[in-house]
Amino acid sequence: MAWEQELEPVRPVKLVLERVSKSFRSKRGATPALAEVDLTVEEGEVVCLIGPSGCGKSTLLALIAGLEFPDTGRVLVDGVPVTSPGRDRGVMFQEHALFPWLDVLGNVLFGLRLKPGLDSAARREVAKYYLHMVGLLEFAHAHVHELSGGMKQRVALARSLAPNPRVLLMDEPFASLDALTREQLYADLQRIQQTRRRTVVFVTHDVREAVCLGDRVVVLSPNPGRVRQLFEIDLPRPRDPLSLEVARQANDVMAALRSFLEPARSATP
Amino acid sequence: MRRALLPLAVLAGALLAWQLLGALGLWPGWVFPTPLQIATYLGAAIGDGSIPTAVLVTGRRLLVGYFLGVAVGLPLGFLTARAHLAARTLGVLALGMQALPSVCWVPLALLWFGQTEAAMLCVVVLGTVWSILLATEHGIRNVPPLYLRAARTFGSSGWHALVHVTLPAALPAIVAGMKQGWAFAWRSLMAAEIYVTILTGFGLGHLLHYGRELHALDQVLGVMLVIVLFGLLADRLLFQPIERLLRRRWGLTV
Ligand SMILES: Nc1ncnc2c1ncn2[C@@H]1O[C@H](COP(=O)(O)OP(=O)(O)OP(=O)(O)O)[C@@H](O)[C@H]1O
Ligand SMILES: [Mg+2]
Repeated sequence: MAWEQELEPVRPVKLVLERVSKSFRSKRGATPALAEVDLTVEEGEVVCLIGPSGCGKSTLLALIAGLEFPDTGRVLVDGVPVTSPGRDRGVMFQEHALFPWLDVLGNVLFGLRLKPGLDSAARREVAKYYLHMVGLLEFAHAHVHELSGGMKQRVALARSLAPNPRVLLMDEPFASLDALTREQLYADLQRIQQTRRRTVVFVTHDVREAVCLGDRVVVLSPNPGRVRQLFEIDLPRPRDPLSLEVARQANDVMAALRSFLEPARSATP
Repeated sequence: MRRALLPLAVLAGALLAWQLLGALGLWPGWVFPTPLQIATYLGAAIGDGSIPTAVLVTGRRLLVGYFLGVAVGLPLGFLTARAHLAARTLGVLALGMQALPSVCWVPLALLWFGQTEAAMLCVVVLGTVWSILLATEHGIRNVPPLYLRAARTFGSSGWHALVHVTLPAALPAIVAGMKQGWAFAWRSLMAAEIYVTILTGFGLGHLLHYGRELHALDQVLGVMLVIVLFGLLADRLLFQPIERLLRRRWGLTV
């Protein structure tokens, strides 16, 4: 069997969030995390979510992933409400979430083993392909605790890409990488995206990163999380995060972020 | 090599001093046996087969009882971690029972089973099972939910998640509990063998007991030495490989 089939383009999906609200109940009472969020992510679109800490970005990803459910409103994947997590939606968590009892290859194989229709030789080839992509093929048999923080995130990226999901949900995936590796992965991600488009929701704190990767940038404001502004980023690809155009657009996004934050800050005594 | 030399020399010096002190004849042999007397006893007892048989008898009781305890403790611990009712009944009971020194099971085991192998097994099982149960419960409860969330996004749930995520994630805690259970089982078995004569087999505890009855302190000390070595060897063979694996994989210092 040709394992390359596994790398074939998948049909991307459309994500729709309709007036989604979510709050968490704890001993201190209910914490509203998201309020009436409306968001549509088109097929094959990369949407970057940006907003201050605690504005519900991770929660939004968890709702799309099917790990949490909205209190009100609906989350639709290709028009079908999300009822559970699924292989069609790959998640890269904010904490790398690698399994310490498996080696690097074992971690990448974890999702592939659950995917029907692959023999073990094919699985290994696919896993190695992605490890190679993130530059960690030599570390296939390393244990997780032997990797640096950035290497762990790259393994996590390979692991979430390996089952070839139709949606990729990424939560600050490159936060602890050095500038060079990060640039490399920006290029990789844009290249993958050009050859095999999938729908991506990408959470970041870095406005340049958001502008560099996103077809659209969504700015959220906190307490509770709401969508405040959408930016269409209409720059040609591949984009260089250090280019002038990216910097200019990033400035606009930053200005928007500030304008939502500063009134809120000056209002609190 | 050199690093082993110095401790060995110190040990040899201490033995020699002990031997010389004994040779002065200040105390009778049943109060102060010399290393040579102990070695003579051990040689004879190994030669006539009494120590090898005792090691086999004790070893078999310990292993059978221990693995029974593990086989019962693991699923019960799992149940306690998952079912609310079990946590509030079995979990509380286990906490209480673990606080009970396992020697205290001996009278009960004797009344139930008489002077039989079953009584011995009963003591070992009851010494083992609670700490295994509690460690399993603790380990499973403390598996980071993030692991299960990540696994679910790959389509893992139910049995698969249990076998491939929950159990391996809880393994370090479970192994710690198994080690503790082993120590309890070993101690309670020795106590039981010293108290109770069971005609189906004389274990190390019995040899110790007879050593006392015969006023043969060389026998008592010799058997104690065997008991110490047995414990060390069991730790080497049973737990060290697992702990080494855990250290290598998880990067833990267990
Ligand atoms: N499991 C939970 N239980 C209780 N409250 C929660 C839980 N998860 C998130 N929250 C709350 O919901 C709000 C949004 O959290 P979320 O993790 O989505 O923020 P975030 O935007 O991802 O922040 P960051 O940028 O720091 O990662 C926060 O106020 C947080 O305290
Ligand atoms: Mg977050």
